[in-house]
Amino acid sequence: MANYSTNEFRGGLKVMLDGDPYVIVENEFVKPGKGQAFNRVKVRNLKTGRVVEKTFKSGESVEAADVHDTQMQYLYNDGELWHFMDPESFEQLTADANAVGETVKWIKEQDVCGVTLWNGVPLSIEAPNFVVLEITETDPGLKGDTSGGGGKPATLETGAVVRVPLFVQTGELIKVDTRTGEYVSRAKDG
Amino acid sequence: MTEASWRPAAELGTLRARADLLARVRGFFARAGVMEVETPVASRAAATDPALESLRTAWAGPGAAPQPLYLQTSPELAMKRLLAAGSGPIFQVCKVFRDGERGRLHHPEFTLLEWYRPGWDYRRLMEEVAELVRTALERPRLPVETLSYQELFQTPLGLDITGLDAEDLCRAALRQGIAGAEDLELSRDGWLDLLLTHRIESGLGRGCLTFVCDYPPSQAALARVRDEPEPVAERFELYLEGMELANGFQELTDAAEQRRRFSADLGRRAAVGMSGSPPDEAFLAALEAGMPESAGVALGIDRLLMVATGRRHIDEVLAFPVERA
Repeated sequence: MANYSTNEFRGGLKVMLDGDPYVIVENEFVKPGKGQAFNRVKVRNLKTGRVVEKTFKSGESVEAADVHDTQMQYLYNDGELWHFMDPESFEQLTADANAVGETVKWIKEQDVCGVTLWNGVPLSIEAPNFVVLEITETDPGLKGDTSGGGGKPATLETGAVVRVPLFVQTGELIKVDTRTGEYVSRAKDG
Repeated sequence: MTEASWRPAAELGTLRARADLLARVRGFFARAGVMEVETPVASRAAATDPALESLRTAWAGPGAAPQPLYLQTSPELAMKRLLAAGSGPIFQVCKVFRDGERGRLHHPEFTLLEWYRPGWDYRRLMEEVAELVRTALERPRLPVETLSYQELFQTPLGLDITGLDAEDLCRAALRQGIAGAEDLELSRDGWLDLLLTHRIESGLGRGCLTFVCDYPPSQAALARVRDEPEPVAERFELYLEGMELANGFQELTDAAEQRRRFSADLGRRAAVGMSGSPPDEAFLAALEAGMPESAGVALGIDRLLMVATGRRHIDEVLAFPVERA
């Protein structure tokens, strides 16, 4: 695998530190006029999501992490693992609960998700920014209330719970922003 | 390249502020009777300081083979030749170049104000530096505080660095929670630089001019070393708003000692695989001929302009940073 010198450091660069893949979040070059130059970086562990600080002597190099992002279709969950397929090569991969994380509450079969692969193994799965899901349970709202003020909780087919306006009913399809977990609008069928 | 990249990075108002600031600087030296000079930007000798890397170019006379020329990292050596030639007090505003440096406070070429006061002692020069900065910023009552290099670590960190070696300082860095310190291999000065840049520098010069003086002899650069029970280099730095703004010396005038430092520098460069060029013989010859005892200082104009205009990034005070140059 290639190495990156500190002078190539920039946000988004993926590197190996202490055996784990990290992404550089922030890179700061510090140097006294007559002294040692350092790169102070904030890095996010791609396995745990934790952000930590690191310091390197400028000019040092670190191993690049074989990490890349791709799009894959979610096929099914076998009770333990989640199965995904590359829509072009039809190659299939499985992701564990750790990689799927919170995303599990937004995705359903056939959805195309962002998959971050490290050495060919899924590190994390990202739901599409917007998903359309069916409401499986919510209190019937007051008749005639169409203002949407206040809102009420609604359970979706994937198990996620979002706040929806009072006029939205069980059985309806709604569009949700998975980044914020917020209701966007009612959706047409499909 | 994006479509907008022909445009300046700095606002035009900031470029106006630069022009006004430089006019005040020149007015200050005109009133003080200090002569403005120009010396070559491209020189046949490269920087010897292991902390600096020169940019390199080449020059070919008509029909001649090209010979390397190095862009100055500071005009120091050429200006000292003028002092030895009897110039009297001199100043220069010029572009200097440093390879491998880029960041919020670093740009590979930047504007340096450098001046020399023959017959002055560095303490007196520190007072003039404060006056110059007050004039340039139009803040006549900006207060001054002065710390010794040792006190620099004492107050904020409660750390007495006297007698501490590299291992002790490594432990101090770990106690300070500097992440990744355990993986670093540094010299004693390297550890001091780490503590300074990570835990001290950003708090210096907040609302005042903070001078730090009397450095360890290992960080003397081109400053005279005063023999005391605990010898110190007669060197000072100025910090303002968390930034290193200026570096000054009681200038070393002893040619033999200067030659020793050059060869020690070249030895340290070779040890870490840096390129080296022969020392500047014309400068050494000037010291041998006799340079008057002097105090001298270099001050970063771009960072001073950042303070004047309240900017956080050096690119905001440059017309065209290197990525759009």
